[in-house]
Amino acid sequence: MKILVPVKRVIDYNVKVRVKADGSGVDLANVKMSMNPFDEIAMEEAIRLKEKGAADEVVAVSIGVKQSQETLRTALAMGADRAILITAADDVHQDIEPLAVAKLLKAVIDDEQPGLVLCGKQAIDNDMNATGQMLSALLGWSQAMYANKIDIEGDHAVVSREVDGGLQTIKVKMPAIVSADLRLNEPRYASLPNIMKAKKKPLDEKTPADYGVDVAPRLDIVKTTEPPERAAGEMVGSVDELVSKLKEKGVV
Amino acid sequence: MAVLLLAEVNDGALSVDSTAKAVSAVKDLGEVHVLCCGASCRTAADTAATITGVAKVRCAEADLYGHRLAEPVAALVVSIAGDYDHIAAPATTDAKNILPRVAALLDVMILTDVSGIVDADTFERPVYAGNAVQTVKSKDAKKVLSIRTANFDAAGQDGSAEVETLSPAEDPGLSEWVEDKLAESDRPELTSAGIVVSGGRGIGSEENFELIEKLADKLGAAVGASRAAVDSGYAPNDWQVGQTGKVVAPDLYIAVGISGAIQHLAGMKDSKIIVAINKDEEAPIFQVADYGLVGDLFTVVPELTEKL
Ligand SMILES: Cc1cc2nc3c(=O)[nH]c(=O)nc-3n(C[C@H](O)[C@H](O)[C@H](O)COP(=O)(O)OP(=O)(O)OC[C@H]3O[C@@H](n4cnc5c(N)ncnc54)[C@H](O)[C@@H]3O)c2cc1C
Ligand SMILES: Nc1ncnc2c1ncn2[C@@H]1O[C@H](COP(=O)(O)O)[C@@H](O)[C@H]1O
Repeated sequence: MKILVPVKRVIDYNVKVRVKADGSGVDLANVKMSMNPFDEIAMEEAIRLKEKGAADEVVAVSIGVKQSQETLRTALAMGADRAILITAADDVHQDIEPLAVAKLLKAVIDDEQPGLVLCGKQAIDNDMNATGQMLSALLGWSQAMYANKIDIEGDHAVVSREVDGGLQTIKVKMPAIVSADLRLNEPRYASLPNIMKAKKKPLDEKTPADYGVDVAPRLDIVKTTEPPERAAGEMVGSVDELVSKLKEKGVV
Repeated sequence: MAVLLLAEVNDGALSVDSTAKAVSAVKDLGEVHVLCCGASCRTAADTAATITGVAKVRCAEADLYGHRLAEPVAALVVSIAGDYDHIAAPATTDAKNILPRVAALLDVMILTDVSGIVDADTFERPVYAGNAVQTVKSKDAKKVLSIRTANFDAAGQDGSAEVETLSPAEDPGLSEWVEDKLAESDRPELTSAGIVVSGGRGIGSEENFELIEKLADKLGAAVGASRAAVDSGYAPNDWQVGQTGKVVAPDLYIAVGISGAIQHLAGMKDSKIIVAINKDEEAPIFQVADYGLVGDLFTVVPELTEKL
């Protein structure tokens, strides 16, 4: 079985995001970019499935600016066998919407015929939480989102999912789209020899035109603003003081 | 045209709070029709009919909908989508699972976690873990949106809408439910509680988490946790507050032994009053706190529990 893992290049999760004063967006020039944390988890799971013999090939795909190549090299260093880069933007500030990403991934899947797609639950930049679900709709495949455990059993996968009330287990027909939640696994770090080896692994470069997909956005971003600031608070010196402040406010 | 609101129905019961908040969010977009589906959902539909501002409830009962699997519920929504310009739902994990599937089947973009509605085409949503708010205008013919309910007040319950029976749509037959492991609790639900007490890695163990639970019970509060507390096994996953957990905005949020990483703040910084208890005076949580207390939680929390 082949596993496809879509990985997105995003602002590193440790970087403090700065909103541009003119409301035109977030400043992404010269900030540290990394693989979306959920995609690292998805990639780790794919590699583990391969190590267990449940898969024989792991293909990483990224859509975005050409620098997404670095993200794909990280995926290859973790253990992916090959990578596909679809260059769909020339400015880092241009985000490709989940619907367009899903259409491109569908086109790749039509070519590659994987048995499983493992994506991240959510990209931590646009916080959409949508691409996997949209992709499975376009393919007419089953979906198991927010996975914290995956067992492949023949032509089905049994997936435990993180939901509002706790956990739900479902059994989905393969091929399936599964999205990784935080507790699925702990991703490995790529070792130096593997980073060197990754440089020689195949990385195909494509464009949306190769797949005949229109990536024009459906949503116009009118403006991007800072969230409302909270008024400065105060430090209290004791539990008694805290209790009396809360009583004053009438919240306890 | 009207708005279709997919209600959260679990085991035949309506999640009244999230539905009522979503109704008040979308009511200016048009006549609100609530869709209830489940193995049995008559009671839920009758409850939905009482929410002020609901014009009609459509109730689809079939075993197929018993566990809110994405494929059949999305197919049901799509089967009636022609009647609506807007399709919305409170942003629960179920709706986040289902709505993007609906949107893709309709070939439209999804608007997730909408925190403000400007007009019929224009919406606000937080991005970058709530560090920025985007205003977006949709060019699509239909808008599919999930609503961050913490930002809206619940509609009242003095309505009496008609309840219509809806025939089930086709079963895509792609997935089956196996089991639920849901936490049983007498405490208020995290996303609708007036007070939330949350613990972080500083609590140190599952046993120690009892300190947090005792304080919460004293206050009639819900219990929350940071991701570090959940990952360390001190608290169950459904308690996680944050960018990738639950978003809460109670009247009072008490953060104990939580440093205040942006991913945690994303889930609680709209709370009305924030109290932080941490032994590290430099902890970033103090920057968003209305009242900060520097101290060892193992002495502060028992004392606070006693004095409240
Ligand atoms: C993709 C992604 C998504 C994430 N999503 C979330 C999310 O949804 N929610 C979330 O919470 N996190 C999330 N995180 C994790 C987040 O980055 C932080 O790692 C996490 O919030 C830290 O939890 P914490 O504050 O409990 O732990 P720590 O940062 O370790 O802080 C523990 C605090 O306890 C204090 N403390 C220790 N002992 C005592 C004591 N005896 N008395 C008083 N204080 C004490 C310490 O001073 C410290 O400030 C996410 C991370 C990533 C990468
Ligand atoms: N531009 C992209 N390139 C590759 N994968 C993506 C891209 N956008 C989204 N994805 C995948 O879809 C998941 C969910 O993203 P989103 O729906 O944008 O929150 C991510 O974790 C990735 O696995």
